[in-house]
Amino acid sequence: MRVAVLGLGAVGKGLLRMLAAKPELGFVLTAAADSSSARIDPEGLDPAGILDTKCATGRCGVSGLTAADVIASGAFDVLVELTPTNALTGEPALTHIRSALNQGKHVVTSNKGPIAADYAGLAALAEDAGVALRYEATVGGAIPVIHAIRDGLAGNRFSSITGVLNGTCNYILTRMDDEGLTYEQALAEARELGYAEADPTYDVRGIDAAIKLVILANTCWNLGVTLDDVAITGIDGLTVDALRLAADQDCTIRLIGEVAPAENLLRVAPRVLPRNHPLVIEGTLNAVMLSTDMAGEVTLMGKGAGSVETASAIIGDLIAIRDRYAECE
Amino acid sequence: MKLEMKDSPGQLVAALTPISEYGGNIIAVIHQREPESSSDTLGVQIVLEIVQERLDALVGAIKLQGVSILRLGEERLLYRQSVIMIGHLIHTDIGDTIGRIDATGFAEVAELNVHMPAIAEPSTALITIKATTRSEMRRALDLLRMIATEKGLLIVEPLGGTEA
Repeated sequence: MRVAVLGLGAVGKGLLRMLAAKPELGFVLTAAADSSSARIDPEGLDPAGILDTKCATGRCGVSGLTAADVIASGAFDVLVELTPTNALTGEPALTHIRSALNQGKHVVTSNKGPIAADYAGLAALAEDAGVALRYEATVGGAIPVIHAIRDGLAGNRFSSITGVLNGTCNYILTRMDDEGLTYEQALAEARELGYAEADPTYDVRGIDAAIKLVILANTCWNLGVTLDDVAITGIDGLTVDALRLAADQDCTIRLIGEVAPAENLLRVAPRVLPRNHPLVIEGTLNAVMLSTDMAGEVTLMGKGAGSVETASAIIGDLIAIRDRYAECE
Repeated sequence: MKLEMKDSPGQLVAALTPISEYGGNIIAVIHQREPESSSDTLGVQIVLEIVQERLDALVGAIKLQGVSILRLGEERLLYRQSVIMIGHLIHTDIGDTIGRIDATGFAEVAELNVHMPAIAEPSTALITIKATTRSEMRRALDLLRMIATEKGLLIVEPLGGTEA
């Protein structure tokens, strides 16, 4: 199966590293693009060589060639869209994904923007074209939550999904709880360790978690909701005293995304949880709890970010597409 | 609630067994020796806590044991929920916040634990609300949320709802 990769940030590099390290997976890289260059070879590119070029020059290929040229070349079966996320417009990924689907190409993405912005539209495009649109890497990093909803727990009726969907917030709250740090101190520490961005607004105000919640809600129930439908409260107003008062009751505080369609509930907010609750996890980990009619409660927990961890989710999607469409090739 | 029954031999044990089976919490068992009552029937009062939804089933189970219940006195406010409030709690009139919950008639503030770190910094409080039923607890929390929005306070609620 031929694979084209758009975007060579941390996730794109992680994916190329794994494609180089695991030739037995059988994927052929035929195109790669970053923000200023691209390379296309229908016969196949060497992922390790692309990585070396990217590291040495900052570019992966020929300047003048772009992501749009890669898509137009049609020299691939699956487009892997890994460009930076724009939470508001979903661009440029949205255009990339639409063009690929319109050409009858499968799409795998780690990009939350387009999936949250227009899931229904993209899913309809994919269905009309008879191709797959997969986005396991958009929620919970390495945790196969979308696979669990679609395949592992297929046939169940879901009543709610709750989860810790943002590792930065979970790290900050873990540190406030364990060490009695103030919010500002814990945030500064998270920045130093590279867990929080220079502008942490998107994480600490709960927006990132809300986007992931939207993706889960639309995947599980086809609710057709957007970011505007989520009631969002971040963690930036929390005090050390709040963590202490929770601790007095053998509880702690975590930022929880919660969707329960029957109760009309779609919200992200800091919540008090008993310490032994399955969603009370440490550090930058993520966790998702699915409530179902047959399986009862199923909780998945794991690394919510990281380049190779995210590559794991992308490769899982690629293999799922190959397994399903193998006969058509 | 208060449950009164005649005390004939074996009846007390027969009445107590279902209470624990139905998740009730016995607070007191009181014998009342009334002078005019005959020697073999003494009045017994059992004071216990149980959630509203299980009350009818419990009364049925006690009757099945052959115990006759003379009188049933109910009290209310059996659901409790604690939430954390953060913000300028005192300066936004904490008395008013509590008063508006208490004024509902179906819920009241049972406990308040306020931490005030320094002047002009936000305070944090653990506020415990009691209500009669689950739905009234929900209404009380809706009201608290509304007050919080109005006064610019942050509310941190438990995940998974109300304890009975």
